[in-house]
Amino acid sequence: MTINTIRDLLGAEVLCGGESLDREIHSACGSDMMSDVLAYVKDQAVLMTGLVNAQVIRTAEMMDMHCIVFVRSKKPSQDMLDLAAESGMVILTTPRRMYEACGILYSNGLKGNGELNG
Amino acid sequence: MAEPLVFRFEVDGDNFTSAGQASVQVKKNLRELGVDPETIRRVSIAMYEGEINMVIHAKGGVAEVIVSDESVEIILRDSGPGIANIEQAMQEGFSTAPDNVRSLGFGAGMGLPNMKRYTDYMHIDSVVGEGTTITMKVNF
Repeated sequence: MTINTIRDLLGAEVLCGGESLDREIHSACGSDMMSDVLAYVKDQAVLMTGLVNAQVIRTAEMMDMHCIVFVRSKKPSQDMLDLAAESGMVILTTPRRMYEACGILYSNGLKGNGELNG
Repeated sequence: MAEPLVFRFEVDGDNFTSAGQASVQVKKNLRELGVDPETIRRVSIAMYEGEINMVIHAKGGVAEVIVSDESVEIILRDSGPGIANIEQAMQEGFSTAPDNVRSLGFGAGMGLPNMKRYTDYMHIDSVVGEGTTITMKVNF
């Protein structure tokens, strides 16, 4: 699905990177713990999170992600948006909570990477 | 490439917001050098975790990245408290990070294990009360 479809499904607002909304996305992940994102995420292009600080943007950049969705209408600071713009990332914010936001995308065909732990 | 390329960064220990800047810069530099994306990803994640550790535990330090024909080597030096038990520190989930770091999305005890996971070689040299030097290599 495209980032534009994600925006529509989540009723999200585009805060940055509006020129890249037609980018095709194949999988996503959700976490507030950046250490876990760095440990377990592989080839997921979208990060859904309720955590708002500059390290969220840097973590996504390190993982070569294309889009961050902030849940619960959270809004990053202008400094964070500038950081995201520098790396060409799309930033969305949705009024949905984490569980529902992930569920909506999953049930519309956007999967995780299917790996198990333990 | 005849001579290895060396990049050197001061990691500011007082500012959690700026942590990771050196890793972002290394990522850009490696991209400009035409290094393959998977190597860049592994180097930048390992270095980013190391940089975060330096800010959380050691009030910053110095990061050096050496690009040669065979590998990208990352050397992180700090004058922090040192690691008392390296074996314990390497276990997933073991953390001595303060609670406020967890609310920032880190401190889950994944940093050092992640650095090992993403690199081909990792060595920790640490003296309690003096500091820590971590050497990592990602081979081409």
